[in-house]
Amino acid sequence: MLSLATADFQQADVDYGAILPMLIVFGGALIGVLVEGFAPRRARHSIQTAVSVLALAAAFFALAVVAQGHQGKTLAGSVVLDGPALFLQGALLLMALLSVLMMAEKFGGETPDAFTPMGATAPGSPQEAAATRLGLVTSEVLPLTLFSVGGMMLFTAAGDLLTMFVALEVLSLPLYILSGLARRRRLLSQEASLKYFLLGSFSSAFFLFGAALLYGYAGSVGFAEINKAITTATPQLENLLLPGILFVLVGVLFKVGAVPFHSWTPDVYQGAPSPVTGFMAACTKLAAFGALLRLAYVAFDADRWSWRPALIAVAALTMVLGAILTVTQTDVKRLLAYSAISHAGFILVGVLSFDRMGVAGVMFYLVAYGFSTIAAFAIISMVRAGGSEATQLSQWAGLGKREPFVAVLFAFLMMSMAGIPLTAGFTAKFAAFAPAVAHGDRAGAALVIIGVLASAVTAFVYFRVIVLMFFNDTDGDVSVLSPSIGMWTAIILATVVTIVLGVYPGPALDAADQLSQFLR
Amino acid sequence: MTSLVFPAAEQAAAAAATGPAAYAWLLIAFPLLGAAILLLAGRRSDSWGPALATGLSWASFGLGVAILVQMLGLGAEERGMRSRLFELINTGSLKLDAGLLVDQLSISFVMLVTFVGSLIHVYSLGYMEHDVDKRRFFAYLNLFVAAMLTLVLADSYLVLFFGWEGVGLASYLLIGFWNHNPAYATAANKAFIVNRVGDIGMILALGMMFKTFGAVDFASVNERVGGASQTALTLIGLFLLLAACGKSAQFPLQSWLGDAMAGPTPVSALIHAATMVTAGVYLIVRSHAIFDAAPDARLAVTIVGAITLLFGAVVGMAKDDIKKALAASTMSQIGYMMLAAGLGPVGYVFAIFHLITHGFFKAGMFLGAGSVMHGMDNQVDMRRFGNLSGAMKLTWATFGLGWLAIIGFPGLSGWWSKDKIIEAAFVGEGWRPWVFGLVTLFGAGLTAFYMSRLFFMTFQGKKRWTDEVHPHESPATMTVPMIILSLGSLALGAILAMVKFPEWLAPVTNGGHLEHREPVLSIPAIQIATFVLMALGIAVAWMKYWRDDVPVVAPEGNVLTKAARADLFQDDVNETVFRAPGAGLVEVLDDLDRGGVDKVAVGGLGGTTALLSSKLRRLQNGFARSYALTMLAGVVALLGAVWVIQ
Repeated sequence: MLSLATADFQQADVDYGAILPMLIVFGGALIGVLVEGFAPRRARHSIQTAVSVLALAAAFFALAVVAQGHQGKTLAGSVVLDGPALFLQGALLLMALLSVLMMAEKFGGETPDAFTPMGATAPGSPQEAAATRLGLVTSEVLPLTLFSVGGMMLFTAAGDLLTMFVALEVLSLPLYILSGLARRRRLLSQEASLKYFLLGSFSSAFFLFGAALLYGYAGSVGFAEINKAITTATPQLENLLLPGILFVLVGVLFKVGAVPFHSWTPDVYQGAPSPVTGFMAACTKLAAFGALLRLAYVAFDADRWSWRPALIAVAALTMVLGAILTVTQTDVKRLLAYSAISHAGFILVGVLSFDRMGVAGVMFYLVAYGFSTIAAFAIISMVRAGGSEATQLSQWAGLGKREPFVAVLFAFLMMSMAGIPLTAGFTAKFAAFAPAVAHGDRAGAALVIIGVLASAVTAFVYFRVIVLMFFNDTDGDVSVLSPSIGMWTAIILATVVTIVLGVYPGPALDAADQLSQFLR
Repeated sequence: MTSLVFPAAEQAAAAAATGPAAYAWLLIAFPLLGAAILLLAGRRSDSWGPALATGLSWASFGLGVAILVQMLGLGAEERGMRSRLFELINTGSLKLDAGLLVDQLSISFVMLVTFVGSLIHVYSLGYMEHDVDKRRFFAYLNLFVAAMLTLVLADSYLVLFFGWEGVGLASYLLIGFWNHNPAYATAANKAFIVNRVGDIGMILALGMMFKTFGAVDFASVNERVGGASQTALTLIGLFLLLAACGKSAQFPLQSWLGDAMAGPTPVSALIHAATMVTAGVYLIVRSHAIFDAAPDARLAVTIVGAITLLFGAVVGMAKDDIKKALAASTMSQIGYMMLAAGLGPVGYVFAIFHLITHGFFKAGMFLGAGSVMHGMDNQVDMRRFGNLSGAMKLTWATFGLGWLAIIGFPGLSGWWSKDKIIEAAFVGEGWRPWVFGLVTLFGAGLTAFYMSRLFFMTFQGKKRWTDEVHPHESPATMTVPMIILSLGSLALGAILAMVKFPEWLAPVTNGGHLEHREPVLSIPAIQIATFVLMALGIAVAWMKYWRDDVPVVAPEGNVLTKAARADLFQDDVNETVFRAPGAGLVEVLDDLDRGGVDKVAVGGLGGTTALLSSKLRRLQNGFARSYALTMLAGVVALLGAVWVIQ
């Protein structure tokens, strides 16, 4: 019935069931903006916390109950809800929930402990003092977090380059702001924020440039179309393909924190408020790897053999440099930042297996790493000296004697990061490395060997922290704050996940395995 | 129906268990449950725990009787019954079910362990009455019974190994029960460590079996012995012998048994006389198929038995500590059993026969020794005893029966079993019957001497105890078990011989029937010689330790006496030959590790990494412009590299 002319424009079908979780998160964020504008100041923070927690919980519920049954492409193919997207979004929502609980922590004070009362004031200025006196609260951190989470969810489910770019910006912009809002050491925090913003923009430009080249090559920004265009080659435009792919990958590798696009990581991880660092380390990494998997397995799969060497080099460099640089770190947060870099390298090994098992292994790794990182940064935010966080490693000496419970938790998390058997870290490494050996031919095996050696180097670092905590004498006035129920719940939950994924990983591995098939 | 559980080939060896035998696992479960309850409930079970433990031990005995009755109703070929419990291991090439095997051999042990064990539980109710940790003691006793039953009921060497380690643990815990005394704690450690050496033998045997037969269950091993090489079989046999030496305190791993007397006397009676120390003999007899096919290994068993027999006897002649003298005699008697087991088909059943009768009379004598100690304020020096027969009539009588049994007085239990071993030792060709036969004969004379010495020094002669000691008879909980065991000393041998126990056992060990072979000397001649030597031993002991006064301080003695008092320098030998070089090796390795591995390899690698790290660190200079440049350089390098590769 339709004429050819009207077929040129087709209204996109919207499967609201598939995007319901994202809608709930964005809706929660918008409600948060309204709360910021209209709720009385005293109640604002509590309302924001409630809204955020409810939105994330509801989104998870919607994901598990509704979206699960609505897998497929929607919004004209710009959103793809398939197995990996479902798995990653679910993990994302749970980890975001724990992060929100930590961001809301007051440690018995009037306002959230980690954030400055007023981000716009200059550090040490009279305005800042006045804001503190007035008891101002930057409760907008929570809606900002929700926006970022929404962006991350979209990032893992994007079906074309433009949607992915928009998602990248939606997830990044709030993070730039969040990084600059630390209550203490504000200069460091603002510096981190600015650096993150500058370098993030730089990498976004690469991404956009790559997207433009690929559009020129394929005549479409859709992943499926790009992949199809690669198989039906157009020789005269061949030269656009490889630079396009590499530039797009660079944009994502930046977010992942892979060498040589990693330089921002230590500075930002150190400067940002610890709960935000935990959130970034866990959730951003997860979303970025989700996007990377989709690019590598869906959009650029057909041209795999030409760009694979680049990714192999990046993976090897990331593992080696990340591991070596952890050795000389004296600041706990920077140490974990470099550890995050080396973990990114380990995960890349799984990505490079180019196999379904690899996808499952990567997703399992992201979950295992994410939960233990969130808990680790939460504990870091609790260890204090003279009012601010005691991030110097030397200050952690003897912590095991004074605060055995917290120290044991942290030691356990360190062991998981080192990949000691019966912790999540071990299972994760195995899940990511095994497919690389099985399906990644010689390069995969070589990467696994590098990975194991790098793990050995990082294990030294993690165990040095443990030795420091338990076998060295206590020094100075370091104390551990006792958090509220909410934060304790988050820490314990994250630790329990780390234990369960190590001792009884079967169900989680099965779930990752079942949800590892990308929809092309 | 049964083929679902066992491959058809193994059916001949053992059918699936039915009736009471299907519940054989309860034999183990009862005492294990007791141990768990007593240990977990803690002090709350102080009041009722010991009684519960005793009850559960008797429950196992009751079930054991039921299984025995069932078995007696079956034909000789149907008496081996296997029951599968659960899958223990399932890997690529090794699949093993945990299962139990009830046959004539294992049921004999079940009866010995549960009956003597239960009696000793009862005895301990009296003996340990005033000990604050009585509950823990009973928990360990129950644990021991459970482990020992696992050992004898196992249907594979691996499950046997679980029991093997379990009894080792229980023995360790009970020797060191009074571990507030450092010497006792050391004795426990010594027992544990020496046993560890034997356990290595067991592990090696398991590994060799898996390599040779591809299986470790009795049925498959017995079936596949024919296809194995002589070397492999000899090695397995020697490893098993090593294991047996550790557990049964045989030469050269005998040094722990004397010190193990540090444990409470009921423990010495149950574990270090009647049951656990005989596990080595059980292991050899259970592995008869391997030893029958490896004559060299079997000869080694005989030689070890012969050496230990004499070793124990010599040590026993010089000891003044009543428990240590009894321990030496245990060692010597197990030497008899080992020797018999090493003789092969002519000896297996008599080794077990002697093991059973010995279990009764030796446990009885240990309980008697405990009763003496109870009445003598825990003294153990026999030079301070003497003429206790009047003060402790029951103890004297029961101990006396045990004494007559062990020296092989005609008609009593020991005579029935030990004379058979001596006769069997004289069977064969060449030098062996003469050497082993004469050793057993001579050993019988020595046994008569040192046991009579022990008996006379304790109960006869003149009183030598000091005035503050008031010897008295023990309570009924202690004397009743002693009386029951002494009845065993008196008549068990005759009863078992009457019901043809050796013939009944033969299907398990000798492949069906017991063939009689003529010894190199006529049987009456052997019996007369044995009797004469025994009488001689008693006479010498009578002259020195009953008729003459026994000095309360030991005389200096000759070289041999001194050596025997020092356990023939066993500890010095171990110290010089094993511990000192071992410690030296450790020192060398430690130096190598610190100076070589740590300093050069670890330190060097670590130092290089740290140096590299501190150099690379400078790239992270904090300037956003340098970071951006790094990124750009990275992109360019990647692009360039990929283009070059293409």
